[in-house]
Amino acid sequence: MTEESTKNQVCVIIGASHAGVNCAFALRKEGWAGEITLLDADPALPYHRPPLSKAYLSGDDEIEKHRLKGADSYQKEEITLHLGVRATAINRSDKTVILHDGRVLSYHKLVLATGAGPLIPSIPGIDTAPNLYPLRTLADTNDIREALQRSSPKRVVIIGGGYIGLETAASLKKLGATVTVLEMEERVLARVTAPEMSEFFQDLHAERGVQVLTNKAVTAIQSEKGTTTVVCADESRYEADLVVIGCGIRVNTELAEQAGLQIENGIRVDATARTSDDDIYAIGDCTFHHNPHYDRFIRLESVQNAVDQAKVAAAAICGKETTYDSIPWFWSDQYDVKLQMVGLSTGYDQTVVRKEESENTKFSVWYFKGDTLLAVDAVNNAKAYVLGTKFIKDDKKIDRAKLGDPSVDFKPGNLLA
Amino acid sequence: MAKITFITQDDETITLEADSGSVMELATENNIKGIDGDCGGVCSCATCHVHVEPSFFDKVGEASEIEKDMLELDDNVTEYSRLVCQIEISQELDGVVLHVAK
Repeated sequence: MTEESTKNQVCVIIGASHAGVNCAFALRKEGWAGEITLLDADPALPYHRPPLSKAYLSGDDEIEKHRLKGADSYQKEEITLHLGVRATAINRSDKTVILHDGRVLSYHKLVLATGAGPLIPSIPGIDTAPNLYPLRTLADTNDIREALQRSSPKRVVIIGGGYIGLETAASLKKLGATVTVLEMEERVLARVTAPEMSEFFQDLHAERGVQVLTNKAVTAIQSEKGTTTVVCADESRYEADLVVIGCGIRVNTELAEQAGLQIENGIRVDATARTSDDDIYAIGDCTFHHNPHYDRFIRLESVQNAVDQAKVAAAAICGKETTYDSIPWFWSDQYDVKLQMVGLSTGYDQTVVRKEESENTKFSVWYFKGDTLLAVDAVNNAKAYVLGTKFIKDDKKIDRAKLGDPSVDFKPGNLLA
Repeated sequence: MAKITFITQDDETITLEADSGSVMELATENNIKGIDGDCGGVCSCATCHVHVEPSFFDKVGEASEIEKDMLELDDNVTEYSRLVCQIEISQELDGVVLHVAK
């Protein structure tokens, strides 16, 4: 597709977070000469989401510091932003998007970057509890910050010991809160990491004075006279001035579903991020897509996937040959600990833990299936993270004995089998 | 105010002014091509890689250990490589020239 041929065309992007914003800018870079309309229900100028549970929550930063792009950048690239606007329906036969205020937008190409929303578990009392918030949007984080400021005992209960729950715990602790994390599984981060990592983070939080409790299934939330009590299956009770829900997400597939697009654990897309409709693409957290390296269909909640799929979709929309082929990567910052992760550990049968000499808070967990390195979790160890990335990308076979021996210098050549 | 000049891969030269924040924030705020800052400035993605014009390297200073580790296996790393999310803007930086790396 030439620039000339896109000149009178319109691309509408629903969702202006990491995926949607990156797609809009990538479209211009790939030569899309027509209109680009980017819309989101969130009224705030698009911002980075990861700091919402980290630096933005615990610090005094203005959100301007965490914007994805400056306001002028949208103007310069002629990207029309509609914020505070919700799409309520897609009409595929006449290629239109219906907005909540009744407006109708026509499109030639449509990109769904609808993301995900917080999963609110159905616990009796959860709907009526005051000062109870999920953490997904800027407004959520502002609500949490304000609720904490209003409260003097600052007792916080966080339901869920995943990344959001643990990061929030670290950030609120820094703000002077008394924090309890209630995790339903027998260890934190059970869904995403090996037991060694769970243990490390459990200990880290304990050292910093955060109470992390496992095997705690919340069965009720009682609110009386301004006090909220979180009740667990084992009859333990935790009083809270603020409750944060970190129980994972539900994918925003309603629009796509209602439009009759193929849904399978998310919006099903091909290697170019295209849905079952040739003129509709989907990118980011909302997609169920094939990962060539791991050769299976996956759904990912990550900035990396949002940005990479955004670029693939933009190139494909502009008629360029492209396919999605990324190794997933993630990060988490808690207190002064930096966790960097690469690859997908699902299905691993062995781990190698490498602890660097002289420093006990610098280590990495390497996940293998047979001879194949699947993933690496690196704690305060960017070197392990980049080495792991390279080994996974190049499908290198590793000498596990050397890898686990911290006296062997951490260089690619030293570790190959 | 410090003037900071970016030279992109397409040889576009853009000079911006700021007195605070990180160089990455300045670049993404102004949509400098090739500086993505995907991780928002926490040194986790290495998408804000520049080569400092050698004559200004003393002003900008050496990369920290984590930056060096993040760039160690990068095909385009040089002795003048920096990740600009780790460079805070101050008057000291006035006049520096940064080449956006591939």
